[in-house]
Amino acid sequence: MTAIEMHSVRHGYGRTTVLHDLSLTVGAGEVLGLFGHNGAGKTTTMKLILGVLRPDAGEVRVLGVPAGEARARRELGYLPENVSFYPQLSGRETLTYFARLKGVPVSGIAALLDQVGLTDAADRRVRTYSKGMRQRLGLAQALLGEPRLLLLDEPTVGLDPIATADLYALIDDLRRRGTAVVLCSHVLAGVESYIDRAAILCQGRLRALGSLPELQREAGLRWRLTSLQVDPLGRTLRCERTVVAKEKMAWLRALSNQPETVDVEVRAPSLEDLYRHFQNTAGRRERV
Amino acid sequence: MTVPWSIAIKELRDALRNRWLLAISVLFAVLAVGIAWFGAAASGTVGFTNVPATMASLSTLATLLIPLIALMLAYDAIVGEDEAGTLLLLLSYPLRREQLLLGKFFGHGLILALATVAGFGAALLVILVGAEDVPAALLVGAFARFAVSSMMLGWVFLAMAYVLSCRVREKSTAAGLALAVWFFFVLVFDWLLLALLVLSEGRFSPESLPWVLLCSPTDLYRLINLSGFDAGAEMTGVLALGRELPVPVWGLWGALGLWMLVPLTLALVLFRRRI
Repeated sequence: MTAIEMHSVRHGYGRTTVLHDLSLTVGAGEVLGLFGHNGAGKTTTMKLILGVLRPDAGEVRVLGVPAGEARARRELGYLPENVSFYPQLSGRETLTYFARLKGVPVSGIAALLDQVGLTDAADRRVRTYSKGMRQRLGLAQALLGEPRLLLLDEPTVGLDPIATADLYALIDDLRRRGTAVVLCSHVLAGVESYIDRAAILCQGRLRALGSLPELQREAGLRWRLTSLQVDPLGRTLRCERTVVAKEKMAWLRALSNQPETVDVEVRAPSLEDLYRHFQNTAGRRERV
Repeated sequence: MTVPWSIAIKELRDALRNRWLLAISVLFAVLAVGIAWFGAAASGTVGFTNVPATMASLSTLATLLIPLIALMLAYDAIVGEDEAGTLLLLLSYPLRREQLLLGKFFGHGLILALATVAGFGAALLVILVGAEDVPAALLVGAFARFAVSSMMLGWVFLAMAYVLSCRVREKSTAAGLALAVWFFFVLVFDWLLLALLVLSEGRFSPESLPWVLLCSPTDLYRLINLSGFDAGAEMTGVLALGRELPVPVWGLWGALGLWMLVPLTLALVLFRRRI
């Protein structure tokens, strides 16, 4: 079943339109990265999917029903950005409270705490938690009731590199079990290998949508080839060139045919490069 | 009803944990006993004097205190959750907004009810055991009426606090407005009414003026607590108008009930519109 279907969605506050004509689908077991500057419409998109906001025009369906219906909300997990929870409750009490509100059995809480590595801190007050621990508690909260759709808003903020890797491993695991994941972030480094598709929002418009190779083709950005060659005197020369995608293989062949080539490093346009490219072209288009 | 109940239980547990419930109960008990004993100190006697005088002093002091406690308890109910980031999370859960607000109301209402019963109940026991020549039946009746109306008064101000909390964007604004509401209904309203009485020099019709008392939940509360006695002597200040009020006691209770329901409904409407 399709996890999210958005058709020509428009939304505004007062006279300012925050989202223009957004169409987007996310399938089961798909991980979508949602990227954009602050104010690009990421949070509004999230709120529309959560059913907290209603679109001014268009339609948002979540797990087969209109967004905001109890059935959709029960099967959806959400990790908000910067949630501090209730300082006076312990981690376990927090999860118990949210499980009751969601109507899911509280028996799975111990396993969830274990999954996010909070078992030892489970009975301490949230007041004493570090930022990363709160983030992990938020994640455990989002996983209550085995959701089929997971919305994560800036999930890696405050996490150390190991916890970040754990998070991505967890997302991978969920994806394999058919959970759809929307990952909203402005931290681009490291995320690209974990997402199936990226959506780039810019000033309330969907600027680009596709898998990384698709976006690379669309943007036509140059690849970076760095070769190391040893000249007859034994000196190592480092040679760097940028080439367009369709000439890449020809260059590689030429380089590997040269006996003095000892190493070649190929770097694809990264998500960050693509992001900057689409942001800039959108800006240019806007100015014209 | 399980969702509002879960929310109510959490609020109650919070109040137990941060000792709010205990503090309010002790405050009520000390206040009630103190007034019963020293209420007549000005006339040169110490010790329990009579039921009407005690109830009059007690309700006057409770009029100041109960609204303040209720407002402090509830002013951040919605805006506080918003600032902590939990409101958006709660709204993404399979619960309706009215369930969330009603859950808060049940929880806070229960805290006030428990504190009232525990605090004033303890005071009643102390007076019954410690004082001599107490008209027990009259005192128990008066205290029961006092306790129930005190709860109602607290609930009225809880509802008003929710209106503020659903309307504003910052906790500090809600706190400021809560103080303003308290100041208005506890002090300013009576001053305005007195000023009106004095300045108008009888130009207003004496039939319509007493009805103005229905516009203040705190005056309603005091009228209810004096209504059981032939207590003309205790009805001082603007309350003197109450003697001419052609409303039976149940009408006063009903008006106090409306003072709870109307703000609660308004809060719900404002909460639904909030994004």
